[in-house]
Amino acid sequence: MFLNAILLALREICRNLMRSFLTILGIVIGVAAVITMVTLGNGATQAVADQISSLGSNLLILRPGQRLGPGRDGVSVPRFRIADAEAISSQVASLQAVAPVVNSGATLVAGNENWSSAINGTTNDYLIAGNWTLATGRAFSEDEEKLGRAVCIIGETVRAKLFKGQDPIGSPLRVKNFSCEVIGLLASKGQGAMGMDQDDMVIIPIRTAQRRFTGNQNVSTILVSMKDGVDSARVIEQIGDLMRERRKLADHEEDNFNIQDTKQIAQTLSGAIGTLTTMFGAVAAVSLLVGGIGIMNIMLVSVTERTREIGIRLAIGALEHEVLLQFLIEAVALSAFGGLVGIVLALLACPFLADLMQVPFVFDPFINLLSFGFSAAIGVLFGYMPARKAASLDPIEALRHE
Amino acid sequence: MSVSEASGNTDDASKPADAPLIAFQGITKTYGQGQTAFLALRGVDLTIHAGEFLAIMGPSGSGKSTAMNILGCLDTPSAGAYLFQGAHVEHLDRNQRALLRRHYLGFVFQGFNLLARTSAQENVELPLLYRGEAPEKRHEAALAALALVGLSGWEHHTPAELSGGQQQRVAIARAIVTQPLVLLADEPTGNLDSKRSHEIMELLVRLNQEQQITVLMVTHEPDMAKYAYRNVHFVDGVVSSDSREEALPCS
Repeated sequence: MFLNAILLALREICRNLMRSFLTILGIVIGVAAVITMVTLGNGATQAVADQISSLGSNLLILRPGQRLGPGRDGVSVPRFRIADAEAISSQVASLQAVAPVVNSGATLVAGNENWSSAINGTTNDYLIAGNWTLATGRAFSEDEEKLGRAVCIIGETVRAKLFKGQDPIGSPLRVKNFSCEVIGLLASKGQGAMGMDQDDMVIIPIRTAQRRFTGNQNVSTILVSMKDGVDSARVIEQIGDLMRERRKLADHEEDNFNIQDTKQIAQTLSGAIGTLTTMFGAVAAVSLLVGGIGIMNIMLVSVTERTREIGIRLAIGALEHEVLLQFLIEAVALSAFGGLVGIVLALLACPFLADLMQVPFVFDPFINLLSFGFSAAIGVLFGYMPARKAASLDPIEALRHE
Repeated sequence: MSVSEASGNTDDASKPADAPLIAFQGITKTYGQGQTAFLALRGVDLTIHAGEFLAIMGPSGSGKSTAMNILGCLDTPSAGAYLFQGAHVEHLDRNQRALLRRHYLGFVFQGFNLLARTSAQENVELPLLYRGEAPEKRHEAALAALALVGLSGWEHHTPAELSGGQQQRVAIARAIVTQPLVLLADEPTGNLDSKRSHEIMELLVRLNQEQQITVLMVTHEPDMAKYAYRNVHFVDGVVSSDSREEALPCS
């Protein structure tokens, strides 16, 4: 009997394909919206996590000044020196690498090609802190670091732009106004989450950068990589104390430098994106609810429109619950089918949208199942009233209905 | 299932062997209440035996349609007794009456009342679907019923593709596919021209004679009533005349 009701309901749906399609449209859009929102949200969270971890694991970033961003403290704030990095390295325990960095930029020339890129003056520790590996060539020698020799390690993008198919190792590379020898090539890390190209850079020894570019002893940032499983709060405190001491800050004075924990940034960002994802998902869920009301609407109209048909069914001996079941199954089948179409639509759209937003496509079976279940439940919820109305019709009145 | 089961009288043997198929005993039907109450039937006594072909006639408002609805178990009387095969059915609830219709009665309406956009065969199969018959059995029975009404080869046409006469034949096939005891026809020729009307009436006569189906028909056309062997006239909610043709064809 249950099978019969399903058969009857499916026949009815097929008989009115256009109406059925319009009926499920709301559900289709609702489900597709929920899944797309949540999937893209998850992708964005994933992207942030990826980006942070590609900066380096357990990484602390020291910068002069109290806070990040524009409007930070003026030039009067004392900069870091290489000695600061060395002090951290020798006095704070459980660190993997401490890399002072001088950031700059310059036009690179090799042969007939030229290319503008970021120049990072730093030490071999930078490779450890940033999770970089060498594709070919070697890192800096101790001599090269100490004496500030004209050597460089280039990123994959720089190689592709300037050296095309040739092996860059040993080739001369003109950086701004001096020529240096390419000694290493970094393995490609690809695009960062925000679309920046991490491979578009050249690393030179920090003393070379100070001498040839900045002309002073300043260090822009210090990257500190902690060993796995180390309590970052404790390390931050130790480094903070050390820096206060080295900068001779009195007890009442505030820090004139800041230490960022990338893991914490990741958590903060992920949390914010998670909140947004939930919010967008909720808004989309409302549209799903509206879709359900659409189904109820159409089903109610359908009951009125099919009053005569219901009368026929009742007259030839359909029981009340059989008519109820038929209409209920019709509503559930419609909304469940709408849910399926919505899922397919979302799964087709998500990879494309994820690509557009430059976030990874993360398939979440839970949200797909939930949306499907929710749409079916909406069918039961909003299909019941029209079904009840159909089943309780008086056969004589229904047959007389025009 | 027997009528007795539907009515709650489990003792099948208690019913008289020669009980008439249908017996109305003092049936009344009142619509509305108090001052505005309208008495549609005022004590109708009517006995119908198996195999009869009965035409119910009368002016509009005479109560013939009300009587037909009660006969067809679509409605219940306000008072009086309705015995179907000797079992009381006047107090059956909605679902019990639906089961009784499903198993013993077939309906033909003035407006054909076929499901739109549904093939003739599917229309005819509908009552069997509610009976829970297996698909092969449904198809077989539907094709046989359509053949019986002379519509072999039209199985896959939808009502829109059939003429009025053909639609009414599909409706008759749907009514007889369950091999009912009684076929209730409410103005079956009301929407047809006279040639088709006579064809439909000849079909009903044939079903009555060959399939031994009791036919109860409401009509206001004397021409059509002539096909029946018994004419019952309703006036003001009571039976005013009940005439039989001399030669009863069967039984």
